[in-house]
Amino acid sequence: MNKWFKSGAPWIWMSAGGVSISLISVLGLLWLIASRGLSYFWPSELYQFDITDQNGAKSVVIGEIYEREEIPVNQLAHLDLKLDPNQEVLERLLVKTGNRELVSLDFRWLLGNNITNTQTPKDLAVIERTTHGNFYGYIDSVVMDGKEVEQSKLPELLTRVEEFQDQIDELQKSDIGAINYQLERLRLKTRKYQLDNELTPALQAEIDSETTALKQDYDKLEAELMGYRKKISRDHIVMRAMDGQLVTVNFEHILKVTFNNQLNVFQKTGLFFSHIWGFLVEDPREANTEGGVFPAIFGTVLMVLLMTIIVSPFGVIAAIYLHEYAGKNALTKILRIAVINLAGVPSIVYGVFGLGFFVYMVGGSLDQLFYSENLPSPTFGTPGVLWSALTLAILTLPVVIVSTEEGLSRIPSAMRHGSLALGATKAETLWRIILPIASPAIMTGIILAIARAAGEVAPLMLVGVVKMAPNLPLDGNFPFLHLDRKFMHLGFHIYDVGFQSPNVEAARPLVFATALLLVTIIVALNMTAVSIRNRLRERYKMLEH
Amino acid sequence: MATLISSNRSRGVKNSLAKWLITLGGISVLFTLVLIFLYLLYVVKPIFESAEIESKTNISLHLAAGEKVLSTGVDELQEVGYQINDAGSIDFYHLKDSVKGASNAFKIGDSALSTSLLESDDFEDKQVAQVVNSFSANKLVHTVTGKTLLVQPNFYATYDNDVREIIPLLSYPLGQNALIIDEQETPLTELSFAMNDELIIFVGFTEDKRLIKTTYVADDDFGSSNDGYDVEYETIFQEIDFNHQVDEIKVTPDLNLAFVRSGSTVYVYELNEEDDANLKATIVPTFTNSTTQLTSMALLSGSSSVLLGDSNGSVSQWFEVATDNGRKFKQIRTFETSEFNNSSNAASNTNAISAIYTEQYRKSFYTMTETGLVNVFYTTSDAHLWQGQLVSGEPEAFAIAPRANGLISVVKDPANSNKISLQTFSVHNEHPEVTWQALWQEVWYEGYPEPDYVWQSTSGSDDFEGKFSLVPISFGTIKAALYAMLFAVPIALTAAIYTAYFMTPGMRKKVKPTIEMMEALPTVILGFLAGLWLAPIMEEYLPAIFLLFFFLPLATLLTAFIWHNLPNEWKDKIPETLAPVLLIPVLMLATYLAFSLSGVLEVAFFQGDMRQYLTNDLGIDFDQRNALVVGIAMGFAVIPTIFSMAEDAIFSVPGHLTSGSLALGATQWQTLAKVVLLTASPGIFSAVMMGLGRAVGETMIVLMATGNTPILDWSIFQGMRTLAANIAVEMPESEVGSSHYRILFLAAFVLFIFTFVFNTIAEFVRQRLREKYSSM
Repeated sequence: MNKWFKSGAPWIWMSAGGVSISLISVLGLLWLIASRGLSYFWPSELYQFDITDQNGAKSVVIGEIYEREEIPVNQLAHLDLKLDPNQEVLERLLVKTGNRELVSLDFRWLLGNNITNTQTPKDLAVIERTTHGNFYGYIDSVVMDGKEVEQSKLPELLTRVEEFQDQIDELQKSDIGAINYQLERLRLKTRKYQLDNELTPALQAEIDSETTALKQDYDKLEAELMGYRKKISRDHIVMRAMDGQLVTVNFEHILKVTFNNQLNVFQKTGLFFSHIWGFLVEDPREANTEGGVFPAIFGTVLMVLLMTIIVSPFGVIAAIYLHEYAGKNALTKILRIAVINLAGVPSIVYGVFGLGFFVYMVGGSLDQLFYSENLPSPTFGTPGVLWSALTLAILTLPVVIVSTEEGLSRIPSAMRHGSLALGATKAETLWRIILPIASPAIMTGIILAIARAAGEVAPLMLVGVVKMAPNLPLDGNFPFLHLDRKFMHLGFHIYDVGFQSPNVEAARPLVFATALLLVTIIVALNMTAVSIRNRLRERYKMLEH
Repeated sequence: MATLISSNRSRGVKNSLAKWLITLGGISVLFTLVLIFLYLLYVVKPIFESAEIESKTNISLHLAAGEKVLSTGVDELQEVGYQINDAGSIDFYHLKDSVKGASNAFKIGDSALSTSLLESDDFEDKQVAQVVNSFSANKLVHTVTGKTLLVQPNFYATYDNDVREIIPLLSYPLGQNALIIDEQETPLTELSFAMNDELIIFVGFTEDKRLIKTTYVADDDFGSSNDGYDVEYETIFQEIDFNHQVDEIKVTPDLNLAFVRSGSTVYVYELNEEDDANLKATIVPTFTNSTTQLTSMALLSGSSSVLLGDSNGSVSQWFEVATDNGRKFKQIRTFETSEFNNSSNAASNTNAISAIYTEQYRKSFYTMTETGLVNVFYTTSDAHLWQGQLVSGEPEAFAIAPRANGLISVVKDPANSNKISLQTFSVHNEHPEVTWQALWQEVWYEGYPEPDYVWQSTSGSDDFEGKFSLVPISFGTIKAALYAMLFAVPIALTAAIYTAYFMTPGMRKKVKPTIEMMEALPTVILGFLAGLWLAPIMEEYLPAIFLLFFFLPLATLLTAFIWHNLPNEWKDKIPETLAPVLLIPVLMLATYLAFSLSGVLEVAFFQGDMRQYLTNDLGIDFDQRNALVVGIAMGFAVIPTIFSMAEDAIFSVPGHLTSGSLALGATQWQTLAKVVLLTASPGIFSAVMMGLGRAVGETMIVLMATGNTPILDWSIFQGMRTLAANIAVEMPESEVGSSHYRILFLAAFVLFIFTFVFNTIAEFVRQRLREKYSSM
């Protein structure tokens, strides 16, 4: 034994243990996020529990099971339960009961020993709604235009409502939104003329007539909208909740009615994918705790794209300078230390710098110069997508530099010498020979930069991200791309929904789903970058021989 | 040929153009870093600047023979000033350089705005004895015959053709008739008052040596009065039993206390009972020099502190402090106006503080001596901001502008007693509350029992004073980083050692990218998991977490021992190089075991619930989101950083060193410990430095996995607030340009410098190491 310890073998095993722990934590983390995130989309069984509590009161609870856990009995001692004395642990269920208009909490804990009967009735329905969250219960009757009709008409009625809803969305978002936007522009135009002292009565009259025309259009559209609204709210469903109470749910709030317990595996799989699709393309509802994350995906992608456009040329040029032009002098050494330091500076410091320098200093000056008609409400002098992109561009600059430089250093110098010997200038060699060969390395750098930027949250909290952006930064109104707007971001969405929302319990599955989406994007980006780099290394190895 | 030459020339131009562009691009990286450094510094710098006072305007005025100026003041924008003289008139003047008519007198139409205040028939003799100021714009005018008037000089802005003009407006909150303060209508030698919407309390000392307290109780509301009608109120007269001479009286703006100075003793009376005034305390300062006496008294903004100036030129601050025997007035700090405090000079009284002027909203104050020497102090930060002579001799009247960015003083011309000059000064003193000492040393705040390190930037109340000590949040940063490193360094380094030295190349190719993948994981996800998933689990299975620290190494050793004793043919089938894979199920099993034993342990040792046991029996506070959670979560974030760099350092130790060692008969482990690790130690050091740099600056994990309370406590069961998280929480709501905003920038600057130092050292060490390896 002593000899065994002296041989060092146990320590080797211990260090192997370090590897194992690291691996377990990486893979476990990914597995945790994946399983929790995906289960959010799976249509779960709907349960009906008959409850008899320790005082003998009976009740019925309907809902989905969220969590099961076993707890030691003595932690529940204060509840004064009548239990089998030999029982050590007790099962406890967390049940989502929905029906927020009836009860204040849509989650409740059930103790295993209080449940006298558990069933999964086939005709139990869950209604996804635009307000008050899900409704769980039985369909009592379907009422069309005041008359009760058969339940089989439900899909037909839902399709009808859905069509109207699409038309309403279209009207609200593009048509009415465009008119509002133009009205605002007219107001700003007037203000600008006023500031420049150029507002003549003729101009004023012209603007007024335009405004009137727009307002007329607006009234027309609004009448149309009201018409749809009326049509959409024609029908309703009467639901029977778990306590037997009858609740009227109007069709205008209904998104989907499903009988989860009637579905087979294939139907469930279908629903699973349609849920995922909905999650990706829908707007969030109910203070971000329900619905999809489309604006967050859109905002993340747009910001990252802008950042890529900014960071790529600078990063590549800096790398070329460092590798091809810089001499072996003190400046180069300082430059390298600068790159390392840029990579090591905490991201929040970039946020502070971005807020002070870009937003208040540069943005504030831009407002003074070009958007004075808007003041005192700022245009660029407030956090926005452009400033976020710029801030993250500085943050990711070292990533692109390091990766590009690595690519450049792997190009055999024979290729440079060959090109120069044939009479090409250094610039031509760079442009025709070096850059094309190094392009995969540059690609790798950019992908890594994108992955870094997509996951970064702290600086964005200061320079442009918001929990709920009313408009996307890209829309149908001239100039289409609104760089001054604030945007939503997947990472910030996780923070905001997970930590700032009033109903954390309800929002948690959605946060896991969002985290899964973000992790998937980032891991995929990283793996692409790594595989490109590996392929590149192989190719250079071949070039060398 | 010609085309070839010209194309050659253009190629040359292009070539050099490209060279310049690329060089410029390369340098721009350095430029960016310097820009960040300089910008942060540029924002931070103003908080460490001391105050500056510059003369702005100087207007000469004529007074009627024998007239004296009693009070002065200025509007918020310092465009219009006024003076009240003992003839009972208030005169307004333009302070801007553009003079409207002679002597800058404020004119409406053709007539100068000079209003006699004592128009009412109540004032038979229009000779004013004193003008009493309060913390609000209200002033009391008290005549030699004991008649009093409450007057409020106001200003409002008009916009004529987009040009702003400030127009003065006088209002009389209690009407233009004389107010009765003393029931017997005796003139008062000393008077002070304070008011709110419902109450006005006057405390005065009559010529016949009675100390009186008079309370006006509004029937409705004093604030809603216009000049149109008189406010109705009820008057309560009281006499306070007092048999000393009175030199000064001050009533606090919150109407709670009255300070009555008699010589070198200050009597503090409670006013909050409507028909009683109890002596609450007596303040008797002790002086080192027996000849020293109190010469002046003032209240600091916020109603808590009183300032006492003495003949020796020092000012002491006193406020109530909770002690074992209840709340007591204590001398908190002393401010010296003269650096050389020679006692021989004290007799001549040139040092004596003749008056103390305090700012309306901040805790700054100005002291004045007979010779006109002005000193500016900020109490909380103990800062001596300015010293100098504004005017020669003591001014007739002196006032601080409402926004504390200017001064106005009225000085008598020594040559001509009918000539006075109205002088204004601009004051640059935006951040007096911030000094290096206040940021890093204990500060005694008003109402606190003792000096303390406090970070509390905002509060709901208006007269709240920001408490900016960087100590608790810097401590939090170090604490979080330290716990993270305690967790990460052993795992990351052992993993790096094994991966670099013992692992087969095939396995290394897969393992290394997998662990490095963790670096790419957004920290917001780690933080979210730590806060919402790990923290509740740890709270519930607390014993299991501590069991794991024993179980994991034990399980590893046990597996190693079992493998060691396996028959050789088994060992061939399962080679030792598979150890990491073999250990995965073992460690998972150990973890499972720890968690299932958790409940049993709690029952056996901790009365069923370890958390409650800690709080109730051991008296250890327990936060759900605590340092342990942060340590583990942030540990995971820095493991890949340390792992990756340490692995590189160990892996690139030249092969001939290890071969040589092994050839000389050393075992694998001996070679590793004595040769490889020793050679790679600078690289490992720089890896740890990089990890530390990352842990210090990490924001999201700390933000989400701790309660963000700025406390000074090493306890592993309590949270903390770090510099980075503090910035993320408070930056969005801090006002641009305020002290708070600049201090947050300072926090960012500290982080910047901190990581800069760490990274530069690490990079330097790495470069040295690289050179060393290549020379081997």
